[in-house]
Amino acid sequence: MMLLSTLLLLSGSAFVLIGGIGVLRMPNLYTRLHAASLTDTLGTLLILAGIIVQAGFTLAAIKLAAIALFLMLTGPTATYALANAALLSGTMPDARRLDLPPK
Amino acid sequence: MTVLFGIFLLTLLVVVAIGIVRTKNLFTAVMLTGIFSLLMAANFFVLDAADVALTEAAVGAGISTVLLLGGLALVPGRERNRRRLHGLALGIVSLITLMVVYATFEKPRLGDPSAPVHQHVAPWYLEQTPILVDIPNVVTAVLGTFRGYDTLGEVIVVFTAGIGVLFLLGLPGAIGSRKTEEVQPGNSYLGHHLIPQIVGTLLIPFILLFALYVQFHGEYGPGGGFQAGAIFAAGMILYSLIAGEREALQVITPRVLIGLMASGALLFGGVGVVSMLLGGNFLDYNVLADNPVAGQQWGILIIELGVGITVTGVLLAVYHAFAARGR
Repeated sequence: MMLLSTLLLLSGSAFVLIGGIGVLRMPNLYTRLHAASLTDTLGTLLILAGIIVQAGFTLAAIKLAAIALFLMLTGPTATYALANAALLSGTMPDARRLDLPPK
Repeated sequence: MTVLFGIFLLTLLVVVAIGIVRTKNLFTAVMLTGIFSLLMAANFFVLDAADVALTEAAVGAGISTVLLLGGLALVPGRERNRRRLHGLALGIVSLITLMVVYATFEKPRLGDPSAPVHQHVAPWYLEQTPILVDIPNVVTAVLGTFRGYDTLGEVIVVFTAGIGVLFLLGLPGAIGSRKTEEVQPGNSYLGHHLIPQIVGTLLIPFILLFALYVQFHGEYGPGGGFQAGAIFAAGMILYSLIAGEREALQVITPRVLIGLMASGALLFGGVGVVSMLLGGNFLDYNVLADNPVAGQQWGILIIELGVGITVTGVLLAVYHAFAARGR
C-alpha cells in the first residue's frame, strides 16, 4: 500500500515539476497554458490519489475524492476560459514556432 | 517540517509583495493580491489556525479579488507614472522597518509554551469551553460568546462599510435614481463561453450548500458566519457572471439585499437585547434556554446566523454596486 502511494505521489510531483518547468520554458501563452494544465489535472489528481491510498476507507478519503472531482471539473474549465479570453482579446497562436509550412 | 513549510511560504509571500509593489499593471497587482491571500491562508493552515485560514481563503483570495476587479473595471488599467524615489520617504520607511525587525528580537520563539499569549486567557478558554459551552470548536466559542462584543463590533464594521459603498456608488432599484430595469440584461462576461456556463451552473448549488454547511457546522469544525457569508456571496456572484447582472438582481432583489444587510446585524443585537430582557447581561446567552449550556449553544447558533446574513448582504450589495455601474 505504501509503495503504491509513494509511486502515485512521486509521479504526481513529477508532473507538477514538469508543468512548472514548461510554464517557464515555453515560448508563448498557449504552449505555457498547455504546460500549466498538466499541473492542474494530472499532477494534482495523482497526488490526491496517493493521499487517498494512504487514508484508506475513511471519511477523509471521501473528502479527498470530492476535492479531486471538483478539480477535474474546474481546472480544465479555468484553462479553457483563460485560453478563450486570450483568443478573444487578440492574442493569436504563433504558428511559426510549430514548424508548419507558411501559407 | 512545519518550519520548512513556513519559510517556503513566507519567502513566496515576500516575493509576491515585491511583485505587487513593482508592477504597474493594476490587473496584475489585483491577481498578485489574490495569490498573496492564498499563500497567507496556507500559512495560517500550517500554523493550525483552520478557521482563520478558511476566512482568509474565502474573503481575501476569493471575494476581495472579485470586488477589486469590479472596481478596476471603473478605472484605467495602468498605474500612473510614479514619482522619483523620495529620499525622506525612503529614510522613514527604512527606519520603521528596522524598528519592526528590532522589535521581533524580543518576540518569544514560535510555539514556545511559556509565551505570554499561551499564558494569558487562552488556557482558560480551552479549559472552560467544554464546561460552559460544550462545543468542540473553541474558536467559535471565543468568537461567539467569550468575545461576543468584539464580534458584534466586527459585524457593525462590515455593515457600515457596506452602507458607505452603497452611498458612494448607489444600488440600482434601491439607492440612487437608477432602476433595476436599466441594468444591462443577459450575460456580458461569459456570454459566448458555453463550457464555463455549464460547469458554473453545475457548481452553484454545491457552493450554496457548502456555504450553509460552513454556516451551521461552525461549532464542530472550522467555519462560521463570516466564511459562510463570503462563500454564499461567491456562489451568487458566479450566478450573476453566468446569467447576467439584471437576472441576478431579480433573484435577490436590491431591497432584499438592503434588508439582509440590516437584519443580520439586528438579529445579533436583538439576541443581546433579549438576553437582557430575560434578566441577564447584554449578549449573555446563559438565560436563553433552560440550562446555561444549551442557552450558550442557541446564542452562538443565532448570532452566527446574523453574522452570515449581514456578510452575505454586504458583499453581494457591494458587488452589485460595482458591477451594475461598470456598463
